[in-house]
Amino acid sequence: MVRLIIRRILISIPLVVVVTLLTFLLQSLAPGDTARAILGESYTPEAHAQLSHELGLDRPMLVQYWDWLTHAFRGDLGVSPISGIDVAPEIANRLSVTLSLTVGTAILAVVIGVGLGVLSAVRRGRLGRAVDVISLVGFALPNFWLALVLVTVFAVAIPVLPATGYMPLADSPGGWLVSLVLPVATLATSAVAVMAKQTRDAMLDVLSRGFVHSLRANGVSETSIIFRHGLRNAAIPVVTVLGLLFVNLASGSVLVEAVFAMPGLGGLAVQASTQHDLPTVQGVALVFTLIVVVVNLVVDLAYGWLNPKVRVR
Amino acid sequence: MAAIAIGYLVVVTVAAVGAGWLAPYDPVSTDLDHVLSGPSAQHLLGTDALGRDLLSRLMYGGQASLAGVAQAVVTMLVIGIPLGLLAGYAGGWADRVVTWIVDVALAVPVIVVLLMVLAVFRNNQTAAMLALGILGAPDLARIVRGSTLAVRNELYISAARLTGLTSVRIMARHVLPRITGPIVVRASLFAGGALLAQSGLSYLGLGVQPPAPTWGGMVADASTVIEQQPWSLIPPGIVLGLAILSFGLIGDAMRDAAADRSSRQVVKASARRSSSGDVVTKTQAPAPVEPESTALLSLRGVGIELATPAGQSTVAENLDLDVQSGEIVGLVGESGCGKSMTGRAVLGLLPEGGRVNAGRIVFEGRDLTTMSPREIRRSRGAGMALVSQDPSDSLDPVFRVGHQLDELVRKYHKGSRKEIRARGLELLRSVSLPDPEAVARRYPHELSGGMAQRVAIAFALAGSPSLLIADEPTTALDVTVQAEILDLLRGLSSTTGMAIMFITHDWGVVADLCDRAYVMYAGHVMESSPVGRMFANPLHPYTAGLLDSTPRRDVRRQLLPSIPGTVPSAGEWPTGCHFHPRCPLATSVCEVTAIPMAEPESNHHTRCIHHTQVRRGGGNGRSGALA
Repeated sequence: MVRLIIRRILISIPLVVVVTLLTFLLQSLAPGDTARAILGESYTPEAHAQLSHELGLDRPMLVQYWDWLTHAFRGDLGVSPISGIDVAPEIANRLSVTLSLTVGTAILAVVIGVGLGVLSAVRRGRLGRAVDVISLVGFALPNFWLALVLVTVFAVAIPVLPATGYMPLADSPGGWLVSLVLPVATLATSAVAVMAKQTRDAMLDVLSRGFVHSLRANGVSETSIIFRHGLRNAAIPVVTVLGLLFVNLASGSVLVEAVFAMPGLGGLAVQASTQHDLPTVQGVALVFTLIVVVVNLVVDLAYGWLNPKVRVR
Repeated sequence: MAAIAIGYLVVVTVAAVGAGWLAPYDPVSTDLDHVLSGPSAQHLLGTDALGRDLLSRLMYGGQASLAGVAQAVVTMLVIGIPLGLLAGYAGGWADRVVTWIVDVALAVPVIVVLLMVLAVFRNNQTAAMLALGILGAPDLARIVRGSTLAVRNELYISAARLTGLTSVRIMARHVLPRITGPIVVRASLFAGGALLAQSGLSYLGLGVQPPAPTWGGMVADASTVIEQQPWSLIPPGIVLGLAILSFGLIGDAMRDAAADRSSRQVVKASARRSSSGDVVTKTQAPAPVEPESTALLSLRGVGIELATPAGQSTVAENLDLDVQSGEIVGLVGESGCGKSMTGRAVLGLLPEGGRVNAGRIVFEGRDLTTMSPREIRRSRGAGMALVSQDPSDSLDPVFRVGHQLDELVRKYHKGSRKEIRARGLELLRSVSLPDPEAVARRYPHELSGGMAQRVAIAFALAGSPSLLIADEPTTALDVTVQAEILDLLRGLSSTTGMAIMFITHDWGVVADLCDRAYVMYAGHVMESSPVGRMFANPLHPYTAGLLDSTPRRDVRRQLLPSIPGTVPSAGEWPTGCHFHPRCPLATSVCEVTAIPMAEPESNHHTRCIHHTQVRRGGGNGRSGALA
C-alpha cells in the first residue's frame, strides 16, 4: 500500500515537471513579457532592460525555470507583477472556494448519479431511456448558460438564492451552503448525467455476467445481487470515470466561478490570463496539475481496493 | 435521431457560412430605437441591449464557433492518428513513448493551458483551438492505438506485409480504413467538447473580441440584462446546446452502429428465425402424457421461446423429461440444440424476454410454470442449484471465497458468524478441497480452474439442493481435472441423494457418470433410455450418428465418421422430423409429418419411425459409408 503510493508519487514527479515546463516555455513565445506588463505606460527600452535584469528575466529560459521550480518546491510561487501580491498565499486562499465547489459537486454526482444509474439498470424500459435523455441534455447544456438560467429563475424571478458571491465557511456555515447551491447545481447537472450513464452501463454489464446467473441460480436474493455483487463490481469502472469527472469539474469550475463571481482559482486564472500575469497563471497551472495528480492517485488506490486482481499485497 | 442531428448541423453551417447573404441585418449595426425587443416581425429573435438583431448575430457568430471546432478537430486528427498508428503498429519503444505522452496529456489542466495560450497569443482564438486540438490528440492516439492493435495481427495485414508493402502504405491502405469507426466517434464527441470550450472562452470575453458576434459573447451580453429581458438568453443557449447535442448524438449513433456491426453475426442468425417458426409449432406432436408422480423433476410438453431482435423464437418444444430423486440424467446434443435453455427454463432463469410458452415443469410436486417469480426464487438454492460451464466466470471476482460462501450459507442456516463459517468450511471440505481455510481466504482469480469449479459446486451445495443442474461443468477444464470433478459429482450424488441433470455434448461423460440420458436435437428430445442400452442399441439415427462420430480406442478406423450438415438454428427448423435433412434413413414421411415419441422397448423412447433400421457403425447409411 505504502509502496504503491510512493511509486505513484515518483511517477507523478516527471509529469508535474513536464506540464509546468511546457507552460513555462509557452511564456517565452509570448510577444510581450512580464517586465513590459509591469512597466505599462512608462515603457522605455532602458527601463525595460533594467527591470528584466532585476527580475532575472534576461537569463536563459531553463535557468529561470529551474529557479521557479526550486522556489515552487519551497512553496514560493513568486509575486504577481500586476497586483504585487504573493502568488502562493493568494492561491491558497482561493483553493478552498474551488474545492468547496468541486467536491460538493462530486458528492452530488456520486449520490444522485449512481442512484439513478442503478435504478435505470434494474428497471430499464422507460426509466433507462429517461436517464439517456437526461445524460444527453446534461452533456449538451453549456454550464455557463445553465448557470445564467438558474440565476434568472432562482435569483431574479423568484429571489430565494443569491445570484453571485461566495461566503466562506468560517464566516457563516449557513451562508456558505446557500452561496454554493446554484454553482453546485450548475456543475452537478452534467456530472450527475455522466455518472448516471456510466453507472447504468457498468451495472448492465455486470448483471449480464456468468457469476450473476450462478448467484441467482443458487438462490441469492435480487437485493444482494444488485447492491452487494452488482454495485461492488460496477464500482470498478465507475471510479475511473469519477476521477476523470473530477478533473473535468476543475476545468468547469473556471467558467462557473466567473459566472457567479466566486473568488476561486478559476476566477483568478481568467483574471490573470487577461492581464498577462504569467506567474499567477503558472501557479494556477501547477495547482491544477497537482489536483489531477492527487485525484489520479486516489483513483488508483480506490481501484486497487475495489479490484482484488490489481491489489498490491 | 442522428439524421436530425446531421440536418441541424448542416442548417447551422449553411446559416453561418452564408450569413453575409442570408442574415437580415448587419450583426454590429445598432438600432437604439429597438433595444431589447422580444421576438417581433421586424426582428424574428428580438434585439440586444444595443438594438442589434439577435438572429443576424447568431448567424455570424456561428462562423467563429464552427471555424474553431474545425481547427480543433483537424489538429486532433492530424496529430492523434499518426501517433496512434505508430504506437499500435510499430509497438516497442514507440508504443511506450506514445503511451507515456498520453498519460501526461491526460493530466494537463486543459482550461488553464487554454487561458495561458490566450494570454500569450493575445486572445487569438485560432491559437487556443489549435492548442485544444493538440491536447485532445493523445486521447485519440490512445483509441487509434487500441484499434490498430486489434487489426494488426489479422491475416490480411500479415499477407500485405509479406508481399513487401511498406509499413506506411499498409497503415494508410489497410489499417486506417478499418479503424475509421472509432476515430469518427471520438472526433464527433470531441467536436462537441470543442464547441463547448470555444463558447465558454468567448463567454469569458477571451478569443474573438466584441463587438464581433460570438455565441458565448451573446450569452454574456444577455447576462447583463437578465432582469430586463431574460428572453435574450434563450436563442444563443438553444442554438449552442442543440449543436453540442447534435455532435454527441452523431457520436453515439456511430458507436451503436459499430457495435451492431460486430454483433451482426448473432443477429443475422436469429433474424431469419421467425419465418418458419410458426409452421413448426403447428405441426406439434400430440398431447402430453401424465407426469409420473414419483419423479423429482418432470417436464411435460414444455416449449421455450426466446426474444430475438426479429421477435419471439421457439428454441425448444414438446419436451418430455424426467429426473428421479438421486438419479444422474444426461442431456446430450450438439451446441445450439436447446439443452442449456432447457436447464435455464427449469431454474426459471431464461434470458430477458424468454419464457416457457407451453407445458408444465413440475418440481417436487409443484408446477413451476404457475408459480410467481418470488416462489421460484425461493425454490432455487434450497431445491435446485446450478453449476455452470466456466468456473472463471461463475464466482464473483471481488469477494473472497469464504465471504461469498458465508452469504449463501446464511440463507439456509441460522447461527453465529463462527457457525456459519464452520459450515462453509465443511462445504469446501465436502468438495475435496485440500485446505479449506486457505481457499476461503482467496479471491476467485487466485484459484485454478479445477479449484474454482469445486468452489462453485460447494456454493451450489450450500442449500442442500435435491437437484443439481450441471451445465457442461467440465468443458472448460483439463482432462485430468475433468475426471476428478466427475468423481466428485458422482460421490456427492450417492452420499447426499442429490439428483443431477448433466448437460453435456461429451459421450464419455455420459457413459462415465449418467444413469439415463436424453438426446436433444433442434429443440426436440430425440431419444431417451438408460445409458447402457443407448450405447449398445441406439434407436434414433441421430444418436447412432453422434455415437459413431465419437473417437473410441477399441475400434480401429481410418477416418472418424461424422454426420453430414449442421444443426439448424432455431427458426430454421425443417418441417416433419427436425433431423430428416441430415438423416440417412429419412423417407418422404419424415419430411412432412411431425414424428411422435414412441416407446418400442420399455423405458426406451425414440422419435423415429425407422428405429428398427438404426444400427451403429457400418450399417448406418452415409455416416457408415464414410468409415
